[in-house]
Amino acid sequence: MATTGMKVKDLSVFYGEKEAVKKVSLSFSPKQVTALIGPSGCGKSTFLRSLNRMNDTIGGVKTTGEIWIDDVNVNDPSVDVVELRQQIGMVWQRPNPFHKSIYENIAFGPRYHGIKNKKKLDEIVEDSLRRAALWNETKDRLHNSALALSGGQQQRLCIARSIAVKPKVILMDEPASALDPVSTSKIEELIAELKKEYCIVIVTHNMQQAARVSDRTAFFYMGKLIETDDTDKMFTNPSEKETDDYISGRFG
Amino acid sequence: MKRKELDEGLKQLQELLVEMGERVEHALAEAMASLQTLDAEKARVIVEQDRRLNELEERIDQLGARMIATQQPVAKDLRRILTAFKMAADLERMGDLSVDIAKITLRLQGQTLVKPLIDLPRMAEVTQQMIHESIQSYVQENVDLAYKMAKDDDEVDALYNQVTQDLFKLMVSNPQTITQAGMISFAGRYVERIADHATNIGESVVYLVLGKRPDLNV
Repeated sequence: MATTGMKVKDLSVFYGEKEAVKKVSLSFSPKQVTALIGPSGCGKSTFLRSLNRMNDTIGGVKTTGEIWIDDVNVNDPSVDVVELRQQIGMVWQRPNPFHKSIYENIAFGPRYHGIKNKKKLDEIVEDSLRRAALWNETKDRLHNSALALSGGQQQRLCIARSIAVKPKVILMDEPASALDPVSTSKIEELIAELKKEYCIVIVTHNMQQAARVSDRTAFFYMGKLIETDDTDKMFTNPSEKETDDYISGRFG
Repeated sequence: MKRKELDEGLKQLQELLVEMGERVEHALAEAMASLQTLDAEKARVIVEQDRRLNELEERIDQLGARMIATQQPVAKDLRRILTAFKMAADLERMGDLSVDIAKITLRLQGQTLVKPLIDLPRMAEVTQQMIHESIQSYVQENVDLAYKMAKDDDEVDALYNQVTQDLFKLMVSNPQTITQAGMISFAGRYVERIADHATNIGESVVYLVLGKRPDLNV
């Protein structure tokens, strides 16, 4: 089902006493890529992880404020976190395929969510790998170990794995920072393809990558959202001096 | 991005533009002086010195292109480089137009002027001041001074009208003057064009500072 996107209102995230994200309000539209940028420790990754409640797994984290996906409040205690993460997938900085075959990596999620039919699973595996631009490279060795793939291929496998469960939103935490330039460029092309169907939020330290792949950019600094705007505007004429200084490499 | 290298490059661009501005200002003043006195020697020097302006424009283009390729500048840094390209093109063209005036001096050498030139040098003076202030507005990022170009340009346009009307009257009353008066009228046209380019620089400065390009040449 198509999503109307995500809306975050006054989100604060505390690690114990420390407020890592300070009352951030931000929306993510479907079929758009939003890049979260900012220096290390600015709260952008914490913010990203709170969108599908990955922070729940860390002890001592307290979250206030609202996160909405369509008409569901993400932080509502009644929300099934597994189901939530099916709707809001995550791709990490380092590719983390399961120690299983390529096929099993993709089939794992759909199977977990109740699909047992072999033919149906085959279709999902092929479709996901095609969407992740990995089908041609893997179709003859679907039952080989995923760990035999190159780093860039493993990352595309992880993307295929996240789209196999038909999410609405895909979160990416520096998805290309551990990859070489050719693999990076493949991931960026893939993001451009995926945004035709999904709402994508990406954290990146690479300013040029943010400028290349995103439609909207949000600049975080010291836990606060300083500025958000169309990426074109942010990289040619940002409104805030702090944004200009950061993207021009004057600090951070 | 190597901030230090980028800052160094931006500083160099500014120095090159300031040199171009000074040279153009000088070229216009000298071209007008050569025309007033029909001093062919002075005119030849202007033609000769234009080469340096062309070189400077090329250096700005190369330096700016290299910075974009190697430093990936964004925001105001990027606007600084884009502005430098445009200003250099305007200044180079202003140099060419000064040469065109000097060439009129060369065409008229040995003749006596059909009338003493009064409004035309006045026009050149206002334009020279515009060139000076446009570069000043750039260095100081002074938007008010940049906007002033539009007003000064109106003054130049008014003087240009006066110059051409006087020359037309002269040509009608004394057809023998047509060839020379026609050329002097061209010189007026060239000065008027130079003022338009100075106004363009004002627009570039507004873009550099505010990120939006106004139309001052109306």
